[in-house]
Amino acid sequence: MTTPTYQRTLPLLDDSNRFFWTSGAEGELRLMRCQECGHWLHPPGPLCPVCRSERLAAEAVSGLGSIETYTLNMRSWGPGLEVPYVVAIVHLDEQPGLRLTTNIVGIPASDVRIGMRVRVTFERDEDVWLPLFTPA
Amino acid sequence: MDVVISGIGQSAVGRRLERSGLGLTVDATLEALADAGLEVPDIDGIATYPGFRPDMPAFSPVSSLDLKEALGFRLDWYSGGLEGPAQLGALINAYAAIKAGLARHVVCFRTVKEGTGGAAWKQSSLPSTERTRVSGEFQWILPFNAISATNWLSLYAQRHFHLYGTTREQMAQISLNARRNGALNPKALYREAITLDDYLSSRMISTPLCLFDCDTPSDASTVIILSSADAARDLKSTPVHIDSVGSAIHGKASWDQADMPSMAAFDAGRMLWSRTDWKPADVDVALLYDGFTFLTLTWLEAMGFCGVGESGAFVDGGARIARDGVLPLNPHGGQLAAGRTHGFGFVHEAVTQLRGLGGDRQVAGDVKLAAVGAGGGPIGGALLLARR
Repeated sequence: MTTPTYQRTLPLLDDSNRFFWTSGAEGELRLMRCQECGHWLHPPGPLCPVCRSERLAAEAVSGLGSIETYTLNMRSWGPGLEVPYVVAIVHLDEQPGLRLTTNIVGIPASDVRIGMRVRVTFERDEDVWLPLFTPA
Repeated sequence: MDVVISGIGQSAVGRRLERSGLGLTVDATLEALADAGLEVPDIDGIATYPGFRPDMPAFSPVSSLDLKEALGFRLDWYSGGLEGPAQLGALINAYAAIKAGLARHVVCFRTVKEGTGGAAWKQSSLPSTERTRVSGEFQWILPFNAISATNWLSLYAQRHFHLYGTTREQMAQISLNARRNGALNPKALYREAITLDDYLSSRMISTPLCLFDCDTPSDASTVIILSSADAARDLKSTPVHIDSVGSAIHGKASWDQADMPSMAAFDAGRMLWSRTDWKPADVDVALLYDGFTFLTLTWLEAMGFCGVGESGAFVDGGARIARDGVLPLNPHGGQLAAGRTHGFGFVHEAVTQLRGLGGDRQVAGDVKLAAVGAGGGPIGGALLLARR
C-alpha cells in the first residue's frame, strides 16, 4: 500500500482567467487593468467597476506587497496533504484593496507576521503557475 | 401586513441518525404544524435554504418539492436557493412573499445530514486525491490549500487579533458559554462544560482557531412557520413578530477580497437597525451564529452590541454573555454545543425564549426582544424578533 500524494485543486483555465494563472511562465504576475482609468481588477470581470469601461487588459504588477493576514493550517484535510502550511492574504502594492489568497513559502512558518513585506514567486503545477509569496 | 412566526419544530438532533433527511424534515414540519395549530391544507408556501444540492447531499439533502410531495401540500409559492443573505435568506424570502400577498402560511426549513456525511475528505465540499479543477470564486482560494471554512475564518480572526488585540482567551468565552448553556439543553450534542484549560489545550486546526472554536456537524431538521399576522390571529401559539430584517451586502461578495475583518454581517446589522425603533440595548437575548467562535465576535460588533474591535473585551470573562448577563447569548448552547443546525436553530431558540418556554435554560425576566444573526464572510442575514 502506498501513501497517497495530495494534489492541489487547480483552477479550470478559460479565456477569462488564463492570463492570471499562466503569467508566471514569464516570471510575471499579471492582473487585469482598466485601460481607461488604470483601476486594477481582481478577480477579473467583464468591465471596470469604477468607470465601467470594457477596455481591459492584463498587465504585470510589481509582485510586491505585504501580508494582510495569515493562518498556519495544522490539520490535514485529505490523505497525503502535509501540514503545517501557511495560507495568507497578500495586499499588493499597486492599489488599496488589491488582494490575493496565497501561500507563504521560503521561511519558517513561525516567522510569518502580518505586515511582512513579500514578493511573488511561482510554483508550476501542470499548466498552472501558482503565485506564491516569499519575504521580499 | 405584519409577519409573525406562528410555529416552530425540530427533529431529533444527532451526530448520526438512521432517519433520512426527508424523514427528519417531515418530523420537524409536523411538530411545527402542531405547535401553530395549523393543518396541512393551511400551508400555501415553502421556503428553504439552500434547496437540494446534488453535489453536497450531506449539506442539503431535501428540496422544497420533496417536502411538498411527502406531505401533500398545495403551494401558491415556493423558494429555495444558496444565493441570499445566508441561511436566514429562506425566512427573509418567506417574509417578503407574505408581505406581497403570495402566501399566508409558509413552512421554512433547513435540513442537514452532515453528521452522517462521513470523513471530511469524503464530503464533496472538500477535495479528494482525485485531481479536480475548480472555477468561480473558489478558484482564487482552493489552489492554495485554503480548503476548509476554518482556514477562511482564521484569516479574518488573525486580522482581528492583530488590529484590536483580541486574544484566544477572550474568544474562548464563546465556546465556554456555549458548553455551559448546552448542559441545560436536553437536545444538545455536548452537555458537559469545558474549562479555559480544556480550550487552550485542544488541538489547533488553523491558527488561531482550535477544535473548540468549530461547531459540530449534525443530522437535523428545523422548521419555522411564517404567517401573515392576520391569518395567525386564531392560532394556538404565541405569535412572534418579525420586527425587522437585515439582508444587505455592500462590500465585496467574496471570502478573500473583503476589508478584513469586516464581513457582510455588518451590512445586515446596519440595515436591521435602520428599520426599527428598537436599539441594541433593548435586546433581551441574542442568538448569534457560532459555526466558528470568531463569527459570534463578528456578530456582536455587527449588531452594535459593542463597538468595532471591542468584541474581545466585551466577552472577556464571560459574564456579559452568560444567561444572567447584560446580553444573554445562545442560551441553547449554539451550534458549538447543540449541533450545526445551520442557522435555523438560532431562530428556533429565539422563539422558544420569547415564549418563555426555555425550561432550565430560560433567560430570566420578561424576554420580549431577540436578535438573530446568521452567516459569515460574504453572506449574512439578521432578524429582530419581538413578542408584543
